[in-house]
Amino acid sequence: MFEIRIHSRGGQGGVTAAKLLAQAAFNDHKYATAAPFYGAERRGAPVVSFVRISDEPIKVYSQIRSPDLVVVLDSSVMDVIDVLHGIKPDGTVLINSAHVMPMDGHITHHVDLTGIALSLGLVIAGSPILNTPVLGALAKMGIISQESAMKAISGTFTDERNVKAAEQAYAEVTV
Amino acid sequence: MLTIATGNKAVAIAAREAQPDVVAAYPITPQTEIVEQIANYVTDGSMRSQYIPVESEHSAMAACIGASVTGARTFTATSSHGLLYMHEMLHWATGSRLPIVMANVNRALGPGWNTWAEHSDAFSQRDTGWLQVFVATVQEAYDATLMAFRIAEHHDVLLPVMVNLDGFSLSHITQSLETVEIGDFIPPIDLPHRIDTAHPVGYGPMTGPDQYFRFRWDIERSMRDAVQVIADVESDFSNRFGRQYGPTEEYRCEDADVILISMGTFGKEAEMAIDILREEGIRAGGMRLRWFRPFPKLDLAGREVVVIDRDYSFGFGGVLAHAIRSTCRTDVYSVIAGLGGQEVTYDDMAEFVRSRAIGTEYWFGVTPDV
Repeated sequence: MFEIRIHSRGGQGGVTAAKLLAQAAFNDHKYATAAPFYGAERRGAPVVSFVRISDEPIKVYSQIRSPDLVVVLDSSVMDVIDVLHGIKPDGTVLINSAHVMPMDGHITHHVDLTGIALSLGLVIAGSPILNTPVLGALAKMGIISQESAMKAISGTFTDERNVKAAEQAYAEVTV
Repeated sequence: MLTIATGNKAVAIAAREAQPDVVAAYPITPQTEIVEQIANYVTDGSMRSQYIPVESEHSAMAACIGASVTGARTFTATSSHGLLYMHEMLHWATGSRLPIVMANVNRALGPGWNTWAEHSDAFSQRDTGWLQVFVATVQEAYDATLMAFRIAEHHDVLLPVMVNLDGFSLSHITQSLETVEIGDFIPPIDLPHRIDTAHPVGYGPMTGPDQYFRFRWDIERSMRDAVQVIADVESDFSNRFGRQYGPTEEYRCEDADVILISMGTFGKEAEMAIDILREEGIRAGGMRLRWFRPFPKLDLAGREVVVIDRDYSFGFGGVLAHAIRSTCRTDVYSVIAGLGGQEVTYDDMAEFVRSRAIGTEYWFGVTPDV
């Protein structure tokens, strides 16, 4: 079982990112669960979502304690949250950042999701959309197939810029 | 069709398949997505139900009762304080013998204000005469909702059914869901005592001491008959759609010395705990109780029993532990865990079994400084 923890801020679409990722894994004929952790959050507060992907039915409902992969959609949460908490020794990190960010020895990938969203005008209520481009990055990292990622996005959103953003993130993420 | 959905959406899709004539509901966290989806289905025409957005849960149940007595198939959904606000009307639905189906998304009761999973809301309606089933997966939420209509409307039952799913930990979790072509699985509703304007009669009239107890006994007789109806409906469901359900779901219980009993999503995660214990050489089995009313007959003879209650009856004990203690004439190790969404992992559950002390009660997470 592969366990992913997604860090974001309320309103940035971390919950939808988890659902899209589960949908893409499901498209790959895997078992998947997406579980948002709902706190008493408001827009802008740090939030987490969980995704589990497995070849076997998934029986676990509790929160992910030892993620294989940590996804950080908003690097500013790292000022207040230890995003590496509980990460497996060989766990990897994906950060929304234009620059390399070393993460305590963990293999770290980075991609400028915010820049991609802004360049395509993918903005809702002043916030760049991060949850569709991030799927492109995750596909490049081999978590899901590229085809399944794009299918999950196009099946959920009609705006074609979402797929375009994911393709751009696929091309730009460091691996 | 194979798809993915949240627990809430699975319930809404199942309600759409059943095509209730009337849905009356009031939104409440974490049930909201169910009524949002149903409102969408009614708007897009895929659900032909009359949707009545009411101003409270008391009115939601009252509207369901009014619709049901005309012979209409009715559905609603609620949670926590919404369920408690319905309390008087829940008794009224049962006494009127109305096969209303309701999804209840289990949530703790305030204060302190808490929107996370707990079973106290449903258990507090234990004696209202509603059948109660608890589910553990998105698939089961869908399947149980479909079956609820047929069970409730069966002429040997004619009682309301509550389908319970854990708030957030199931209602908001996305899993795979296989929807079915229901065909004639749920026959058209035929309420024998529906209002017939050609033959006017009174409903809910004064019922004196010489008659009232007969109606009470009739409810209990139907509750007992429901055991067989549930078994028949679950068997037919399995024959048609291939998924098997029963009063309990048992996991590695055959040769078990100790049985871990729980409900809802805990019952599924407990299977992970059982695997861990088995690897350690402890012959443990997991039992997930699905039907809470009618309460099933369990055979626990010769086994040690550990019960997780996600609820509490103050001044008394865990509701489930007590039910098992009294119906199975066995003492148990009673664990109170998961209140208000308290995080409980399969490792914690394995430890409950390892450290069991039969005849005692343990509050998970409570230390002398709490």
